[in-house]
Parts: sequence; structure tokens; C-alpha cells
Amino acid sequence: MAYAVAPWSLDAGQAVLELLPTDERIILPALQAVQHGFGYVPKEAVALIANSLNVSVADVHGVLTYYHELRTTAPAPITVAICVAEACQATGARELVAHVGANLAPVGGRSDDGQVDVVEVFCLGNCALGPAALINERLVGRLTPKSLESALADTRAAL
Amino acid sequence: MTTTIYVPIDSAATSVGANAVAKAIVAEATKRNLEIKLVRNGSRGLLWLEPLVEVETVEGRVGYGPVTAADVAALFDSDFLTGAANAYSVGLVDEIPWLADQQRVTFARVGVIDPLDIKDYEAHGGLAGLRTAIALDQSAIVEEVLASGLRGRGGAGFPAGIKWRTVMETSADQKYVCCNADEGDSGTFADRMLMEGDPFTLIEGMTIAGIAGGATKGLIYIRSEYPDAIATMNAALLNAREYGMLGTDVLGSGKTFDISVRVGAGSYVCGEETAMLESLEGKRGMVRAKPPIPALQGLFGKPTIVNNVLTLASVPMIMAQGAAAYQALGSDRSRGTQVFQLAGNIARGGIVERAFGISLQELVQTYGGGTRSGRPVRSVQVGGPLGAYFPADGLEVAMDYEALLAAGGMLGHGGVVVFDDSVDMAQQARFAMEFCAKESCGKCTPCRVGSVRGVEVIDKVINNIDRTENLELLNDLCDLMTDGSLCAMGGLTPMPVLSALRQFPEDFQK
Ligand SMILES: Cc1cc2nc3c(=O)[nH]c(=O)nc-3n(C[C@H](O)[C@H](O)[C@H](O)COP(=O)(O)O)c2cc1C
Ligand code: SF4
Ligand code: FES
Repeated sequence: MAYAVAPWSLDAGQAVLELLPTDERIILPALQAVQHGFGYVPKEAVALIANSLNVSVADVHGVLTYYHELRTTAPAPITVAICVAEACQATGARELVAHVGANLAPVGGRSDDGQVDVVEVFCLGNCALGPAALINERLVGRLTPKSLESALADTRAAL
Repeated sequence: MTTTIYVPIDSAATSVGANAVAKAIVAEATKRNLEIKLVRNGSRGLLWLEPLVEVETVEGRVGYGPVTAADVAALFDSDFLTGAANAYSVGLVDEIPWLADQQRVTFARVGVIDPLDIKDYEAHGGLAGLRTAIALDQSAIVEEVLASGLRGRGGAGFPAGIKWRTVMETSADQKYVCCNADEGDSGTFADRMLMEGDPFTLIEGMTIAGIAGGATKGLIYIRSEYPDAIATMNAALLNAREYGMLGTDVLGSGKTFDISVRVGAGSYVCGEETAMLESLEGKRGMVRAKPPIPALQGLFGKPTIVNNVLTLASVPMIMAQGAAAYQALGSDRSRGTQVFQLAGNIARGGIVERAFGISLQELVQTYGGGTRSGRPVRSVQVGGPLGAYFPADGLEVAMDYEALLAAGGMLGHGGVVVFDDSVDMAQQARFAMEFCAKESCGKCTPCRVGSVRGVEVIDKVINNIDRTENLELLNDLCDLMTDGSLCAMGGLTPMPVLSALRQFPEDFQK
């Protein structure tokens, strides 16, 4: 759900890692800190983390590829994560995903203007007010194709 | 005179415009030169009424909802500051039968108080449980939790007191309390609402667990899909430290306990306790074989109490009011209350906290009011993505651990997801397999490969390719997954699949 806040460089990466509290000097929090800082985990960061934590590159890579949310490419400025789990299916999530797929980008894709990534998630804890989505870090509910479009328009305007 | 107005900051409420409503109320009051005090409370759990605005009056809190920012001027025009009735009013919120009939214990303060105001928390009974616990020795706390009958609310229903006792009796240089706030089940949101609406209760419960078990360090593993809960918990932890509720001298007792928040990274199986521990150690979220149990060798190999948010959040009330009061509620071996979550296609969704034993029918029809779409209820899934689907004429089951098991289902984390008659149950069965394929940690073949095969086989059934043979194959595959999986991910995925097949065979024969 992160979005880029700083351009990547080895020095910047090193600085982010140095800010980790002692008990978070372990692989997953290190990867999360990098992704939080730069929007994604650049290739170079893997070796940097391995070095800094004194673990193998393979270990870091293993964690990086395990978690759905960790990414190795830069995200679009806006990520819309649409809930496709059961409670939202019951209120039209499948139809919403189809609409977004036809008009913006399919799940896993990016809009033509490069501004929006569309991803799927399994539950956002808004299951009584579905369909739900997370636009960057903002939860939206009772979605219709129209209300999702207007929420996205608000987010674009605020960029 | 200053009037107090409540507008929830719970993310379900903000997802449908509560922030805009709060802003509009402040702007309108300023414009009209009226003095108000705006409190951003948690949600009362009547989610279909969100955003639900409440006004403090001498009679009590009067509610208005659902309200949009555009309605705010009209609210002021109709004198809502005095609690006057208008088109939006729902009356005194505490007297709405939907809420008045509930037995709010764990959720007693959620939506009532200002989530981050520790004084407000204390004024509503907060810290009483911790004070009681501090005055007792470790085994007396454990005895109290045992006597309450409290069982784990994360899904497995294991008695909390037994875990705590094991950790207490195991000596080690370091012990931990790990709170499972991964809440991955679709249809569940109680952990989130408690963390956003009454975070000190969780902190208090964890601290009591720490004192009882002899642990000094607590971790809360919150899923990344909950950014607001993460922010609220972190803010509450700062306040708790400042207040002396956490640290090296918990409420002046000389005892040490502190808590940090850790964030997940989008993996359902990391809600399984050993996978969560691996993830908390910074590794891939692979399920560990048991034994050893986490109570003996948990986080970094140290004795660890692992409990769900609701389990831990029930403890302060148990300590404050006594085990007997809690134990008096419930049915058979399911003691106390369960925080049910009504979700999906439901007219009145939200939080229903009731003693165990209420029927599914009562939850879906009396509380839920049937579907939101107005069409007939066709199917209800209980207990998350690994839970069974019940048909509309099979809802007379009592909601407790054993009764649900006997009915071929499970309680899980207490989620109830309603579907109307437009649902295609073959697609729901397919989704269960697809979900397992996506979320499997990959350790066991029946889960990792079986689920992928399951999707293929269901597709063949749906497309009428060798249907009889493939249905047979699907049953065999389910048996294999049930018997050959290390954890409930692979082991219980057959439950939604087979219940759909059993209860709705016509959907597989189109
Ligand atoms: C696939 C899977 C996912 C689970 N997800 C959660 C979860 O999100 N939250 C939770 O509290 N327990 C979850 N559990 C149950 C935990 O393994 C464990 O039983 C629980 O955290 C223990 O706490 P309790 O005794 O207080 O329920 C899950 C189990 C499995 C097999
Ligand atoms: S059943 Fe699935 S999720 Fe559970 S341990 Fe085996 S492979 Fe992992
Ligand atoms: S299932 Fe969509 S928010 Fe929970």
C-alpha cells in the first residue's frame, strides 16, 4: 500500500536501515522499511539488507518473494486495492472488478496514464459495508463503479 | 452551553464519509456561532447507520444516521443539537433494540469513549482489571482466566488459561505475549474495530497476560490492510507509556511490560500462530510443525502466549468483574460472549455481541434483517473462508463451538457472511480452492498442489466435462487435503467446498 516518497540510492537505503530499532533489525521489517521509504524494494537493496543484517542474499530474497505485498518495481502514484473476498463478493465485488478492468486496468495492471495500479486484496475489515477498496491508505466502502471513480478522481486531484 | 457531538473515526465509518461529516459539523457550528465539542469515537457497530452522528443530551446520546456531509446543514436547521427528532434520527442509541438486546462485554466501551483518551477509558471502567491483576499472584490470575472458561477467539477455541499456565510454569530468561491481529477472515472486523475504538483494552489485556505469564515484552501483529488500526494502536501505546500503564513500573507495581506493533505484509496464512511467529522473526511465514507448542517454544524459541485480539481484550472485564460473571454467560462449553460480525449482503450489518448459543437464524434475520439487496437469503458462510456454507433453511444452528462443529461447520473468528439468491455456489466453492492456492505457505503438497488441482477440477465440473468423474475426484481431493495438511489452511479448505456441494448440488449441475 506504499507509495514512493523518496528516490532510491544506496546511501538513502543505508540511512533507512540505520533508523531501524535494534529489535527490528531482521529481514521483514528491513524490507518493509525500504518499501515504505522508496515505494518498492530495488534490486540493490537486497544485497544491502543482507550485508547490513549479516544474513545471506538468498534469505532476503526468500522473504521478499514470499509476501504478496512486497514489490520490486516502483508503484504508480495511486494504488487501488479492491477487496475480492467473500463478503464483498456478496455485494458485487466481482462486478466492480470487471468494471475497473474494462475502464481502468485489470487486476495486477496499471492504467494507461500510468497513474493508477489496480491490485486485489482479501478483506479490508469493511465487510458489512462492501464492496470495499483501499485507495493508497484510505478505506472506501459501499462502492459502486461510479463512487469508486469519484473517489479515485479525488485522489488524483490531491496528488 | 457546549454540546458534545460524536462522529466515529472508525475506518468503516470513514469509508462512507465520516471525516467529511465531522468537518462539515465543525464548519457549520463555527458559521452559526455555536459551541460544540467534537469527539471522534469508535463505531457503535451499527454499521448500516454509518456515518452515525450522536449528540449528548440530558436523556442520553441521540443518534442520527446515516448522515452525509451534505445533510449537516439540515441537521443544524432541525435543532439536532438539542436531540430533536428529524428525518435522520434513530432516537437514543442505547435504546435501539438492536443494541439494547446485546450483551456488550468485550465491546462495552467501543464507540462509547474517545479511543485515545485514557481518562475517558478509566472513567468507563478501564484499568480496573489490571489493578486487580497486579494485586494477585501469577497463578491466581491464571486461575481466574481458567475459571472464566475463556477460549481463544482466533478460531481454534483453545482455553486461554491453559496456555497462560504453561507459559507461567516454564522458566526462561525472556518470555513474550504475541497478539494475533492478523484478522484475515473475510467477514470479520471485530479486531479492527476494537483496536480503533478501544485500544487500551487490548493493551490492558496483554499487560495482564504478561504479568500472569511472566513475560515482559508484547508484540501486536497487525495486518497491513489495517492502516488506521496500526496508527491508533501506536498512538495508544505512546499514551499508555506516558501514563505509566506500560514500562518498567506498570501502574506503580514495579512490574515491567511493554508492547510494540509489527505489521504484516499481505499473507493470510501468517494468521496461523506459528507462521505469525516466523513472520515476527522477520522470516517467510511458513507454518511450523507442532510440537513444540508456542507456549513452550514460541517467538525466538522462547515461551510465548499467543492470543487473538478478542481473547486478550476480554480479560480486563473478566478480571474486573470476576470470572463467575463471565462464566455465567454462554452455553455448554462455550462460556462468555462472542463478538459476532454480520457481513456481506445484509441489511443491518455490524457487531452483535451476545452470549454463545444464539441461533444463526436470529443473527441473520432478527439482527441482520435479511439481505441488503432485498432478495431472499440463499446461503450464509460462517467462520471465514475456511468455514461452511449453510442454506437459508438450515440456520437454526446454535452459535457455539461444539454445536457448529456438530452441524458440519465452525465458529472461526465469528464472521457471518450473507449471500442472496444471485449467488452461484459452484463459484464460491471454486473461490475457496483458488484462495487456498494463492495463500498456501507451500509446505505440504496436498494443500499447495491439491488446491490448484481443486480449481481445475471444479472448472471441469462447472463446464460439464466428465462431471460425474470429476465430482468424485473433487471429493477424493478434499479427503486428501483434510488428512494430509499440516494446518487448517489446507485442512479446512474442503469445508466450504464440500458444504457448497452438499447443500447446493444444483449449482454444480447447470
Ligand atoms: C490459516 C489460518 C489463519 C489464521 N488466522 C488467524 C487470524 O487472522 N487471527 C487469529 O487470531 N487467529 C488466526 N488463526 C488461528 C491461530 O493459529 C491461533 O489459533 C490463534 O491465534 C490463537 O489465539 P486464540 O487462542 O486467542 O484464538 C489462523 C489459523 C489458521 C490455520
Ligand atoms: S496446510 Fe497449507 S498453509 Fe498449512 S502448512 Fe501446509 S502448505 Fe502451509
Ligand atoms: S470481505 Fe471485503 S472488506 Fe472484508
